[in-house]
Amino acid sequence: MATEAKTVAGRPARAGRPVPVGHARETSDRRLGYMLVAPVLVLLLAITAYPLIYNIWNSFHFDNLSYGNLPHSWVGFKNFGNVFGSSLWRAALERTLIFTVVTIVFDVVVALALALMLHRKFRGRGFLRAAVLVPWAVPTVVSALLWKTMFDPRAGFVDYFLGAFNGSWGNISWLGASVWRSWIAIFVADSWKNVPFVAIILLAGLQVIPNDVYEAAKMDGASWWQAFRRITLPMLKPAISVALIFRTLQALLVFDVIYIMTGGGPGNSTETLSFLSYQTFIVNTDFGTGGAQSIMLVILALAVSAVYVRTFRTENT
Amino acid sequence: MTAAVADAGATPAAHAAHAVRRPRRYGPGKVIKETLFYIAVIIVVLIALFPFYWILRTALESNSQVAAGVGGANGIIPSHLSGTAFKDVFTQQNFGTPLLNSIIVSLACTVVTVIVASMAGYALARLNIRGAGAILGFILLAGFFPVLAMIGPLFLLLRYLGALNNIYPLIIIYLVYTLPISTWLLKNFFEQIPTELEDAALTDGATRLQTLYKIIVPVAIPAVFTAAILSFILAWNDFAFAVSFLNTTNHFTAPLAITTFGQSGYQTFYNLIDAAVVIVSIPIALLVLFAQRRIVSGLTAGSFR
Repeated sequence: MATEAKTVAGRPARAGRPVPVGHARETSDRRLGYMLVAPVLVLLLAITAYPLIYNIWNSFHFDNLSYGNLPHSWVGFKNFGNVFGSSLWRAALERTLIFTVVTIVFDVVVALALALMLHRKFRGRGFLRAAVLVPWAVPTVVSALLWKTMFDPRAGFVDYFLGAFNGSWGNISWLGASVWRSWIAIFVADSWKNVPFVAIILLAGLQVIPNDVYEAAKMDGASWWQAFRRITLPMLKPAISVALIFRTLQALLVFDVIYIMTGGGPGNSTETLSFLSYQTFIVNTDFGTGGAQSIMLVILALAVSAVYVRTFRTENT
Repeated sequence: MTAAVADAGATPAAHAAHAVRRPRRYGPGKVIKETLFYIAVIIVVLIALFPFYWILRTALESNSQVAAGVGGANGIIPSHLSGTAFKDVFTQQNFGTPLLNSIIVSLACTVVTVIVASMAGYALARLNIRGAGAILGFILLAGFFPVLAMIGPLFLLLRYLGALNNIYPLIIIYLVYTLPISTWLLKNFFEQIPTELEDAALTDGATRLQTLYKIIVPVAIPAVFTAAILSFILAWNDFAFAVSFLNTTNHFTAPLAITTFGQSGYQTFYNLIDAAVVIVSIPIALLVLFAQRRIVSGLTAGSFR
C-alpha cells in the first residue's frame, strides 16, 4: 500500500483531468466531511438528545404504566415537587455525593502511586501493566460478584483472612446486614475496578513530562520529594483533571455495583441517584417522576463537568 | 560505647553520601530500595489478581464444599477440584444462549462503531468542516451522559416499537459507550498522519474517498484495531441497559444472566456464580494480556487531545 502511495506521489500531476483546486476543493471536501460526520451525530443524538427531550416532556406530565391507560395529563411542576419532597431522593442525593467525594479522593491518591510504579522501568513492567488492567477491563458485573464472593461470610476470603487473626472476626456479614460494612464492600469493589483506569490516565501524563526537567532538578540538588512536589504534581495537573472528570461522573452515576452487591439494601441505605432512577423507571414504570429525577441527574452531571472544565481552563491559561 | 553508637549511626549516612556521589547501581541503599519496590509490585499484583484466583477456586468446588464454607473441608488451596459448576452453568442454567447473545451484540456494535467512528474521525481531523469543535464537544458530552437517565424514554420507545426484551436494539444503544471514545481516538490518530501523502495523491487527481481508502485506511489499521478492542470491551461490559430492557433468560446478555445464578433459598451457590464469572472474564482477560500496549495507548489517546 505504501509503495502505491509513493508512486502516486512521484508522478507529475496529470494535465488532462480537471482537478478541483483551492476553493472548489475546500467546498467539496466540506460537503464530504458533513456526510462522514452525519452518522455519528444522528446516532448519538438519537441515544442521548432524544431521551433528554422526552424526559423533559415527561417530567411535566403524568405518565405511569402501572395505572393502565390513564391520560398523560399536564401536571406542571408536580413531579419535581415529588422528587424534592421525597426523603428517599434527598437521602440518595446525599449518599451519592458523599460516595463520590470519598471515592475520587481515594482513587486519585492511590492511582498516583500506582502510576509512578507503572512508569518506572523494570523487568516485568509489561506484566504489571496487564495485571493491573484486568480488573478495569472485566465487566462491573464480574467485579461486583467477585467481591460479593470475597466478602461472603461462608465462601469469602475476607472473613477467612480476618478469622485467622481473631476467631470472632471469622463470621462477619458484610452485605445486607450493616450499612457501614455494605458501603465498605461496595467501595472496595468499585475502587478495585476503577483505580487502574485512573492510573493509566496519570501514567500518560507522566510520560509527557520531559526527562531533562528532572535532570536539571537533580543537578540543583533537589530531593525526590521536592522533584515530585515541584515538577511532577504541577505538570501532571492536566492528567489529574481529566482523571477527575471521568471518575467523578462515573461515581455520581454509580449503579451496576450497587444493584448487584446490595440491591440498594439493607433497607434503602445504599440506594444512589442512578439506582433510584432505575427503580422509578423500570420497577415502578413511573415515567413522569423518573423524568424529573433524570433531569436532576443530568443537571448534576453537567454542573460537575462545567466546574471542572472551568477550573481546568483557568489553570492552563 | 557512645562512640560505637555514633559510628554505627554515621555509617549509613556515609553510605548514602557515597551512593549520591557515585552513580553506581548496587549500593546497599539501592538494594533495599529495589527490594521494597519489588515487594510493592508483588502486593499490587496480588491485590489485582488474587480475587481472580479466589473465584476460580470457588468455581471449582462442588455444591457440598460450597455449603461447608471455606472454614470447612477446604482451605485457600482446595483439596478436591470439581468441574460440576462449569457443567451446570451450561446444562442447568443454559448459559450458552446469553453468551451467544453477548457475542452477537458486542461484535455487531464493534463493527458499527469502527465504521462510523473512522468516517467521522477522518472528517473531523482532515476536512476542516465548520463547527468541528462544537461537534467534538458534543461527542465528548454524549459519552458523559447519565445512562440511567436515558433508560426511561428508551424503554418507552422500545415498548412502542415492540422491541423490548430483544437484544438487537442494544447494538445501537451501546454506541453511546463506544462511539465517543472511538471517534476521539481515531480523530487524534488521523491528525498525526502526515498530510504530504494525501496532498500528493490529491494533486494527482485522486478523489478524497480514494485517498481515504488507499492511503489512510492501511496506515490507520492499528488505531482502528485499538478502537475495536475498546469498543468490544465496553459493549461486552454493559449491565444497566440489559437489566432495564430484557426480561426473559433466553434474551439475556451474559453479564445479566450471571446475576440470576446460584440463588436457592437461603443458600447462595457461589461455585455456580463464579464459574460463570470466570467464563465471562476469560475473553476480556485474554484481550488485555495480548493487547495491553494498545489498550493503554488507546485509553490515553482517548482522554487527551
